[in-house]
Amino acid sequence: MSEPLPDSEAKLTTQQRVVMYRRMLLCRMFEERVYYLFLEGRLPGTIHQSQGQEASAVGVCSVLRSGDMITSTHRPHSHAIARGVPVTSLMAELFAKDTGCCRGKGGSMHVGDRDAGMLPAIAIVGGGIPLASGYALAFKYLKQPNIVACFFGEGATNIGAFHEAVNMAAIWDLPVVFVCENNKYAASTAVEKVMKVKHVSERAQAYGIPGETVDGNDVEITYYAMQRAAERARAGKGPTLLEIETYRFAGHSRSDPGHYRAAEEVASWKERDPIARYEKQLSTEALITPEDMAGFKAAIDRELEEAIHLAERDPSPKPEDCLSDVFVS
Amino acid sequence: MSSSASVISSRELRGREMTLVEALREALREEMRRDDRVILLGEDIGVEGGFGGAFTVTLGLSEEFGHHRVIDTPISEAAIAGVAAGAAMAGLRPVADVQYGDFLFLAMDQLANNAAKLRYMSGGKLAVPMVLRAPVGATTRGSQHGQSLEAFFMHVPGLKVACPSNPYDGKGLLKSAIRDDNPVIFFEHKLLYGSKGARKEKAGLQVAGIVPEEEYLIPFGEAKIVRPGRNVTIVANLLMVHRSMQAAEILASQSIDAEVIDVRTLVPFDWPAVFDSVKKTGRLIIVEEDNLTGGWGAEVAARVADDCIGYLDAPIRRVAAPDTPPPFAPIMEQFYVPSVERIVSTAKQVVVV
Repeated sequence: MSEPLPDSEAKLTTQQRVVMYRRMLLCRMFEERVYYLFLEGRLPGTIHQSQGQEASAVGVCSVLRSGDMITSTHRPHSHAIARGVPVTSLMAELFAKDTGCCRGKGGSMHVGDRDAGMLPAIAIVGGGIPLASGYALAFKYLKQPNIVACFFGEGATNIGAFHEAVNMAAIWDLPVVFVCENNKYAASTAVEKVMKVKHVSERAQAYGIPGETVDGNDVEITYYAMQRAAERARAGKGPTLLEIETYRFAGHSRSDPGHYRAAEEVASWKERDPIARYEKQLSTEALITPEDMAGFKAAIDRELEEAIHLAERDPSPKPEDCLSDVFVS
Repeated sequence: MSSSASVISSRELRGREMTLVEALREALREEMRRDDRVILLGEDIGVEGGFGGAFTVTLGLSEEFGHHRVIDTPISEAAIAGVAAGAAMAGLRPVADVQYGDFLFLAMDQLANNAAKLRYMSGGKLAVPMVLRAPVGATTRGSQHGQSLEAFFMHVPGLKVACPSNPYDGKGLLKSAIRDDNPVIFFEHKLLYGSKGARKEKAGLQVAGIVPEEEYLIPFGEAKIVRPGRNVTIVANLLMVHRSMQAAEILASQSIDAEVIDVRTLVPFDWPAVFDSVKKTGRLIIVEEDNLTGGWGAEVAARVADDCIGYLDAPIRRVAAPDTPPPFAPIMEQFYVPSVERIVSTAKQVVVV
């Protein structure tokens, strides 16, 4: 399905590649810190973590430009970081602080920041897909050169909203890329139990749009696939259904140990860890040194430490703040 | 009068006589001419040779504004609502519609979980300036094309709810709804449309009204006292305003002077108008076509009990549909929908002459 890459923007520069590596590392280290913060009882609520899926978030979002928009899901942390929502405001939101990106009214499942190019994440499976088509309709109507990247899991492709919204985007050639992160499980339910076709991307045929399945644990493969889909969308040719095959290393949510997955399966996917793979690739090409990597990790550690420190000291919203922001007055 | 409610009789208005359909269409046309960001989304709304939506409200608008602004959709109510919400957040002012209010249940996730909550969940950063128009009311179409759904949406924080009873209010409220920065569910009663030709409702009321030539807006949250009275307050919306007025005339002939209040919008609700009236009359009847249990009338009763209990000379009574689906057989439907006679007899129960 993929069209040949145009000459411009065809190849990632060394700098872009290093930035993508560092961004994936930030996603991973953020999630790991958050995991322990939860275990320590320092964060309220629940979490749905994305360790293992960083290449999808970073590969897709690295293609986006200022003014583009993403929609996300109940598993949004890496999407937010990859899109550039400030880590401090993300962390503050998880700490339920007034300085959070949703001012404490969203929480983990609704993080987002329109000004950074991310709508509040929609935690009803598939519920964000019509919003993405609608946002793209406005881009097209207003003749803005922007696109929407709409993230959802393979489980969402069984809900009616997916069908309705992808079909609408297809018939109107809307500038949206439907990014399906197929991490093989909808909560505990294996994809084979709930989907007759082998690949989510086959479903694209039903809408007359391109569908492509890529190795989503390879950030560059993901980036280039998204680049093709994004260029198609920007050129007014309409949406693409991009299936990104990946795997979450964590359970579905904080309380899920993942007993429904065989240990060998988890182990085999961990061998394909997108960050370790990219680290190896960039090292082999001598683009980063062990010292660089250590430096990145130390810097990210400091960044996260600072974000946690700030978030813990930031003011909580007042109890009665729950009454505001229901309506535009 | 201390109430914020406005008292307007048609005698005071100068303009043309229009049906509700014509008035709503004029509202859409004026707002689309005024603001390029206003677009329409719905099924069968702009097809050449079609019928301008289920009840002809959008007839002729695609010819004037083009199909990029009068957008015919697939039969996809969830996406109609969700796409409208998404486009609204991105800067447009979509006016979406469903052919029958009953179909809003298909769009419930997008309306209740997305449109209503995105401003809140974004900490006040986003606005969702969309309108969703929906016809309601029992019209011998049976259980799935005749429900009255106002209470469902009144219950969802973040949604405004309008329910006009006449062409003048319909136009003024729809224009306000389009300019509102919040999502508005805009209910229209099928028997009030005054649709003509093939889309004419057999049992439709002749409710053409005077609509001024000059532009006007009707603010949300202002009820209208359509008939001042001293003995009993009757609060109603949509078709029930007309039945309540007929009941009031009968009551007047029996020396009961009823005050009839048309709520016009349920969210926001003009509480002072109702409270002031009840404090004056000491008696309250709420008339709604919705099912009795958990209807909007229950909320009115509770609030009035909270604020005006000391003024009440009789129990608050509701005249509503029974807790059944809307039936088909006309004889059953007539029993189901609150009738003039039921309003009259209820009023006579609470007013001791």
